[in-house]
Amino acid sequence: MTSIINEHSHGLAPVQMRSERKRSTDIADFAAISKTEEQWRYLDVERLKGLDAGILPAFDGEISFTAPAGAAHEIVGIDHDLFGSAGTPEDRVSAAAWGAAGQIHVLRIPANFSSTEPVRLEVTGASEAPGALHVVVEAGTFAEATVVIDHRGRAVLAENIEIIAGDESKLKVVSVQDWTRDSVHVSAQFLKLGRNAQVEHIAVTLGGDTVRVTPTVAYAAPGGDVNLLGAYFATAGQHFEHRPFVDHSQPNCKSNVTYKGALQGEKAHTVWVGDVLIRKAAEGTDTYELNRNLLLTDGARADSVPNLEIETGEIEGAGHASASGRFDDEQLFYLQARGIPELDARRLVVRGFLNEVVQKIAVDDIEERLSATIEAELARSIN
Amino acid sequence: MSILQIKNLHVTVETDQGTKEILRGVDLTIRSGETHAIMGPNGSGKSTLAYTIAGHPKYTVTEGEILLDGEDVLAMSVDERARAGLFLAMQYPVEIPGVSVSNFLRTAKTAIDGEAPALRQWIKDIKVAMENLRMDSSFTERNVNEGFSGGEKKRHEILQLELLKPKFAVLDETDSGLDVDALKVVSEGVNRAKDSVGFGALLITHYTRILNYIKPDFVHVFVAGRIAEEGGPELAERLEAEGYDRYVNA
Ligand SMILES: Nc1ncnc2c1ncn2[C@@H]1O[C@H](COP(=O)(O)OP(=O)(O)OP(=O)(O)O)[C@@H](O)[C@H]1O
Ligand SMILES: [Mg+2]
Repeated sequence: MTSIINEHSHGLAPVQMRSERKRSTDIADFAAISKTEEQWRYLDVERLKGLDAGILPAFDGEISFTAPAGAAHEIVGIDHDLFGSAGTPEDRVSAAAWGAAGQIHVLRIPANFSSTEPVRLEVTGASEAPGALHVVVEAGTFAEATVVIDHRGRAVLAENIEIIAGDESKLKVVSVQDWTRDSVHVSAQFLKLGRNAQVEHIAVTLGGDTVRVTPTVAYAAPGGDVNLLGAYFATAGQHFEHRPFVDHSQPNCKSNVTYKGALQGEKAHTVWVGDVLIRKAAEGTDTYELNRNLLLTDGARADSVPNLEIETGEIEGAGHASASGRFDDEQLFYLQARGIPELDARRLVVRGFLNEVVQKIAVDDIEERLSATIEAELARSIN
Repeated sequence: MSILQIKNLHVTVETDQGTKEILRGVDLTIRSGETHAIMGPNGSGKSTLAYTIAGHPKYTVTEGEILLDGEDVLAMSVDERARAGLFLAMQYPVEIPGVSVSNFLRTAKTAIDGEAPALRQWIKDIKVAMENLRMDSSFTERNVNEGFSGGEKKRHEILQLELLKPKFAVLDETDSGLDVDALKVVSEGVNRAKDSVGFGALLITHYTRILNYIKPDFVHVFVAGRIAEEGGPELAERLEAEGYDRYVNA
């Protein structure tokens, strides 16, 4: 099945193919942020609290690392080979943070590593001073690992995360955005997959004032398989934006994108823009992207835009789906008709909806914490 | 012994063309242990009756009453009706993503009983009921009705009937979309639940086929929003032979 869909051209933003977007490590190459640019069209620049102003100082919060034996955390300079090896900034904030701290945090998962215990990096903010952070996750050949990057506390943070999945590796990376209500976080996450690498990337955004996560996938060799998952829950006044991008430049690679969001309260705003580019060389590509949003109250807004740009006809499959809607009355009726009170029925539906993603994390304490947060948000205002 | 009384029930729905009356004075009384079959042509209002008993918000009662052991059912919310002992096996069961069958069943059972079921007995009850309905045990891990075939959805409805043990069960076309083997399994499930719980059943169907497996005590012919004729099992046989023409054209 082949379908060619391109939705770049609607609204205010000028037509720009994803393949033509500017990449640079130099902030001077990016103009001041403006809504006329497609990638910033939904965000009020003041919300960034200065992350776009210029080259940023280092993040002043706390960073802690725990991991099973074999995995290591190192801090190295930006002259290190790994720096910039998985990607190049594609927006002004990412460039403002690029190399700005003069050092990078490397999580090293050696070849043939295997553990069911996760590698954890806890990033805990402590102030509203704008800062930059750079993290590199490197998984060696045949490594099998789960990495959790857990963002908490109060921060105004511009972050670049490079994720390098070696040949034949199986890597799961979970990025949790669980900030205080006034925090700002712009996180560019660059994934590079080696031959036959299988990567599951899960972004869960539950807390912050403004959070923007842009996972970008590049394939260094054929056979890569990526699963990009996301769950977010925005309440009154919060702006959560997720822009996954999969750049199919190699043959016989797969990508699957599934993001689910719930919104409740006045001016809760979520944005999902899913770009998939299938280049000429990427024969045998199989890709599907999906975004679903559940609007729990009036006054919330979910923007959802899937884009598929296809330069070759020799593909296995490409498709997308996007839907935003209210509670399904029939679902509530069904649950209530089995004796479940309305409030519990609503909670069950929302929890179930987001759980489809959260349960993929498979790290018990993180899942429990996120479920409890979702539960608390629901208890606060669904009635 | 319980009694469900439907008296002079009039029901409307809002349509694009305005308010439409669908039920026009339904009278029906069901007692514990009785099985009533309601048969009628497409669009005669059978599902409307079923949904109205369960309390679906789409339907507005303009006249009449529904009493369960003298209690005013129409004053109850959907979940209160279920907790009072009414059960509707739906014609089109709804999918609920991310909610597993086991979580759903436990939540429903807890709500109906007012307390969580004893875990070991509960797991055993589910296992036995599923085996009887020839459902694979992996079903409990799946999300409610998601990706279920038509027949699997119907079995899942009857599984709930067996586990939730209502006073009255309304079965809306539980027979449709089932092949003969599945029909047998599902009918056995209904009979088993009926024997053990002793509920009164309102069996809605187009066809007499299911009545070979679930024997009705009373048959009601439903046409244009009301009961046009009532009788015993022999009435079903006559309908089988003659169809509804006699009533529709009357
Ligand atoms: N929500 C609704 N909006 C508009 N019309 C409705 C609605 N619900 C029912 N109706 C109409 O009411 C009539 C009765 O519908 P109902 O579903 O109760 O019939 P039924 O006897 O169950 O039919 P079937 O045998 O096809 O299941 C039909 O004409 C139907 O189109
Ligand atoms: Mg019907």
